[in-house]
Amino acid sequence: MSGIRLSLSERERTMGQTILEMRDITKTFPGVKALSNVNLSVEAGEIHAIVGENGAGKSTLMKVLSGVYPHGTYEGAIHYEGRECRFHGIHDSERVGIVIIHQELALVPLLSIAENIFLGNEQTRFGIIDWNMARRRAAELLRKVGLRENPDTLITNIGTGKQQLVEIAKALAKEVKLLILDEPTASLSEKDSAALLDLLLEFKRQGMTSILISHKLNEVKKVADRVTVIRDGQTIETMGRDEVTEDRIITSMVGRTMEDRYPTRTPNIGETIFEVKNWTVHHPLHPERQVIKGIDVKVGKGEVVGIAGLMGAGRTEFAMSVFGRTYGTNISGEVWLHGKKADTSTVGKAVANGLAYATEDRKVYGLNLIDHIKHNVTIANLPSVSRTGVIDDMAELKVANEYRRKTNIRSSSVYQITGNLSGGNQQKVVLSKWLFANPDVLILDEPTRGIDVGAKYEIYTIINKLAEEGKGILVISSEMPELLGICDRIYVLNEGRIVGEMAGHEASQEKIMRAIVRGEERAAS
Amino acid sequence: MSTDTAGTTTNAAKATARDAMKENLRQYGLVLALMAIMGFFGVMTNGILFLPVNLTNVVLQNSYIVVMALGMLLVIVAGHIDLSVGSVAGFVGAVAAVLMVDYGFHPLLAAICCIAVGGVIGGAQGYFIAYMKIPSFIVTLAGMLVFKGLLLWLLGGRSVGPFPTGFQMLSAGFIPDVIGRWTIIEPQLNASGAAIPNTGLSLHTTTLLIGVLIVAAMLYFALQSRRSRESHGYEAEPFALFVAKNLVIAGIIMFLMYKFASYRGLPNVLIVMGILIALFVFITKRMTFGRRIFAMGGNEKAAKLSGIHTERLTFLVFVNMGMLAALAGLIYAARLNQATPKAGAGMELDVIAAVFVGGASAMGGVGEVAGAVIGAFIMGVMNNGMGIMGINIDWQQVIKGLVLLGAVAFDLYNKKKT
Repeated sequence: MSGIRLSLSERERTMGQTILEMRDITKTFPGVKALSNVNLSVEAGEIHAIVGENGAGKSTLMKVLSGVYPHGTYEGAIHYEGRECRFHGIHDSERVGIVIIHQELALVPLLSIAENIFLGNEQTRFGIIDWNMARRRAAELLRKVGLRENPDTLITNIGTGKQQLVEIAKALAKEVKLLILDEPTASLSEKDSAALLDLLLEFKRQGMTSILISHKLNEVKKVADRVTVIRDGQTIETMGRDEVTEDRIITSMVGRTMEDRYPTRTPNIGETIFEVKNWTVHHPLHPERQVIKGIDVKVGKGEVVGIAGLMGAGRTEFAMSVFGRTYGTNISGEVWLHGKKADTSTVGKAVANGLAYATEDRKVYGLNLIDHIKHNVTIANLPSVSRTGVIDDMAELKVANEYRRKTNIRSSSVYQITGNLSGGNQQKVVLSKWLFANPDVLILDEPTRGIDVGAKYEIYTIINKLAEEGKGILVISSEMPELLGICDRIYVLNEGRIVGEMAGHEASQEKIMRAIVRGEERAAS
Repeated sequence: MSTDTAGTTTNAAKATARDAMKENLRQYGLVLALMAIMGFFGVMTNGILFLPVNLTNVVLQNSYIVVMALGMLLVIVAGHIDLSVGSVAGFVGAVAAVLMVDYGFHPLLAAICCIAVGGVIGGAQGYFIAYMKIPSFIVTLAGMLVFKGLLLWLLGGRSVGPFPTGFQMLSAGFIPDVIGRWTIIEPQLNASGAAIPNTGLSLHTTTLLIGVLIVAAMLYFALQSRRSRESHGYEAEPFALFVAKNLVIAGIIMFLMYKFASYRGLPNVLIVMGILIALFVFITKRMTFGRRIFAMGGNEKAAKLSGIHTERLTFLVFVNMGMLAALAGLIYAARLNQATPKAGAGMELDVIAAVFVGGASAMGGVGEVAGAVIGAFIMGVMNNGMGIMGINIDWQQVIKGLVLLGAVAFDLYNKKKT
């Protein structure tokens, strides 16, 4: 019945054998090579950790493995239990016992625990769901993952830590042999994280193989038998348990040579024009949880300031809460622009006070994808191309063409639909929109996510030009080299707190990583 | 990275013309579809469809649908729907009847009161949709039931009428012929000396004159806008295309004006419609208010982060819809010359169908005023044509349903191809 209780002899037989081998995996997205010749070999019965920076390609690799990206959309081969596998969807990989638990939990909030566990895998007899059997089996699985909850409880009524356990129970229900966990502890408390890691160790004793994706190095050190480091879509090295040290992992993770990827700039930094004081933000759905815990941020005229941090550190939440309170509840703190206290409580007021925010997710929050460039560029500042509510068509066209030229948007004309542009050009449209709003301070959230190297260079050039014009720029990025390459000063944010601040020329990836790790240790103790 | 600037400019100009063509193509497609449908029914009804009296009828029969389609277009572009417009129109018609017939209000005062009532109704529904975030489908479904009920309660089962003559003129009246009729062929007389209907030809001169003025104004503005583009260094559409397009439109306008002129001239309600259509084209094409509705329908989150007050905008869109539904209710009541408990029933479906046939997207963000108006007339001409042909009401429904489905499917197919 259970997929994990292998007999002792079976365990001995399979121990140490290679259960999974991914050979020369290459995966390309339009304009971006996400993975290039990645090799990964996992032994039966081990916990294999995969570490790497955000965007290094860890999740992409796991999506290839689980069939989310079906066979044929990537190059290379997957060998599992000695056979080559060609998965065409997540069902194929689950059939052979590979189950992935994604970072964002895939549970239906208003269904019960039992219903979620057997979703798509219903306990049926002659096509009719046998609820008694489902409840019995659910209870059994919950016991196995150490969760004491009634199987009829709705998912929405239990905490994130318990939800994570339900996800694992769901995986167990599918007769899992290879369990993949993508950042399972990213949104868990210390205590829940520890419990989860103990559970993984327990599964290992029972003979199950796991792949753990994490960038929390202390967790990796605690449970992993071997660690594979991925950087820039390539495998850097795989080290055994005794070789694992924090230093070695960090060096492997960040040790790339700095190429000439960033345009040079001579900073000319003036007085402080943007200041956020003692900023505190609470989670919109769980108001008791603080997402930003009283932080101070300053940006000078002509200065490019970076905010580094891992996923979930609260960087986007900070930016959006400052920009018109578009995130969070119970926000407190002060925003100062040009040495005066400014009201940024609505987007309109924030823009009027000279603040702009280009979002992390340009498709969801940045662009009207079904409309053309011209309309997207002017939408945040329509009054300046209109008189008494009537748009001056010619003035608008002139503006759109001017910004298309300025930011070098490659399109047939300003009448091209933005949904058909490449990521880099879409990003330039978003930038144009905010440049046209003529702000004094720009917050750029992941300005180069998912765009190719050439376009990145152009975006950096635009940022430099804006700084030269005397604007203050706050860049949020998960790519540390990018922050090091373009910023005059860098804040390190971790779990809603500033855990480090360093001048750009003194900063290094090691220093940033250390600040994060130190911050975590302090939080844990 | 450094592109030749001159090269880019010409490329952009060419592409502009091509894009303009593409953008207009689906609108031309709709016009062609309407012309094809009119041609088809013209033949099938032995020309009855094109008789001046019948064309005038088509306008009168569809005027209230067109008026509501203007508001519904904004609602649908904003990403919502309004199922209550039929009931609201019926209810407001009853309010008008009670005010004028029972309480003796002056028609103009009553009309102003009624439109205000419509605005309040739209505002109430808009409040729940915009600020309480209740889906518009649910709010307006509730509104549909509520106002249908209030209509029955207000009339208490009776039909109220007739209206004062001044009010009837809204739907039954024609513009006065200040110049006087221009008789070209004397009508034949029968034995007793009276004119035999449908013989002879005399024209409503004022109508013809208005037609000429409209065409002249249209050509003037088209030329003006073209010159303005050129003077700013942007090439407009090719001159031949420009001329051909405007000649065809001018031809259609003069043809229709001739038809109206040879009956009783322009109906008053057509003047009201024309002004409203022009106003809404202007709002959607040229005003920040309209542009923001499209931005909100295309991506509400992005619109919000661009500083657009999406709640207020949604609210105003529903206020506007309520006022137009009220106006439509007045037109309908004036046409029947009484308020009936059944007024407005099912009208919302014709209105919504007109907007979708006219190319609006159910996802929001896409739609044209001209499309919605043409959509309304496509459905209207089919109603009229099938009625003349004597096709049963049951099959009329089936055919209209299939046309709606076919139009939207064809549109989606076209979009996928490009």
